[in-house]
Amino acid sequence: MNEALNILTRGFVRENPVTKMLLGLCPVLAVTTSAINGLGMGLATTFVLLGSNVVISLTAKAIPDTVRIPSFVLVIATFVTIVDLLIKAYSPELNQALGIFIPLIVVNCMILGRAEAFASRSGIWYSMIDAIGMGLGFTLALLVLSAFREILGSGTIFNIPLVGEDVNTILVFALPPGAFAGLGLIIAGLNALEKKKGGK
Amino acid sequence: MPELLLVIVSAVFVNNVVFARFLGICPYLGVSKNLDTAIGMGFAVTFVMTVSTALTYILQKTVLIPFGIEFMQTVMFILVIASLVQLVEIVLKKVSKSLYSSLGIYLPLITTNCAILGMALIAIQEDYDLLTSVVFAFFSAMGFILAIVMFAGIRMKLEEADVPAPFKNVPVGFISAAILSLAFMGFSGLVK
Repeated sequence: MNEALNILTRGFVRENPVTKMLLGLCPVLAVTTSAINGLGMGLATTFVLLGSNVVISLTAKAIPDTVRIPSFVLVIATFVTIVDLLIKAYSPELNQALGIFIPLIVVNCMILGRAEAFASRSGIWYSMIDAIGMGLGFTLALLVLSAFREILGSGTIFNIPLVGEDVNTILVFALPPGAFAGLGLIIAGLNALEKKKGGK
Repeated sequence: MPELLLVIVSAVFVNNVVFARFLGICPYLGVSKNLDTAIGMGFAVTFVMTVSTALTYILQKTVLIPFGIEFMQTVMFILVIASLVQLVEIVLKKVSKSLYSSLGIYLPLITTNCAILGMALIAIQEDYDLLTSVVFAFFSAMGFILAIVMFAGIRMKLEEADVPAPFKNVPVGFISAAILSLAFMGFSGLVK
């Protein structure tokens, strides 16, 4: 059980796919203009990761080594299509906001990375836990960055206003440069924290 | 013709793949440590992006739409890109050893470069015709080269800079990218 807990929690901070491994950065930077978008993208990616990890851990032994990567990509693309259609059907606003980045979950290197590094050589149970842990870690990173940008850039959080109408917000944080700067500051902050703790 | 020119300016500067669209960030950070690899990656991307956008466009118009299976778009496009990359790798290996040894290592990485799939999808979304799509893809790739080469130059300077410890490597890279992106925002409004 300890092993399972370890696999589950390592994606949160210690091996966070975004801040530690720098995987899947394109959606991280692009859709984090508001907390809702960040959360939606995070959960959509988690779903795809869970689906692909399960299927790949079940089928990995049957797939010849030479066509491994194309097969993995195909499995991932299938789950992305499912998510794409689901979002289009149930949440047109989210579909509008995330736009092209939903089909682009296919090329999120985090998902292929987990398939290759973990799911293809582990059992279904651990692969599921790994997907949930990594997916939540990814969602967490998106949520932190998007909340940071939404609060500073538009003065709201989940569309709830935090400041009065007449307050000038730092618009640049809602624009592309804010995404780069925000992520840079968050990673630097984590580095500083780790150094403080890492004295041991 | 003026429309084509607008597409070009927009693709290179205003809607730069890296700074405005946030596509291809992984290779942007991964291979921008020195100038030579950045240029090598840039040319490999240019080639694959242009050809794959043309192929996926034809696929969309001749197969997916007539048969009413547009929902297969994501799966089909990624297959086209993955096999194209494999094909380019095999052909390069046979035809030009020197080109292969300089571009070869970047090719497998390109499959998961979201800028490639991204451009193919945007070209369809914007309802460009075939010529415009190809021009758009080619000059988007030029925008990618511009971004990656500029960033590689900055990073080589940063290596020697005295950066506060927590900001070393990645964070300072992001901050520089933010400033670059801020500079590129100066182009917005140039093209609608």
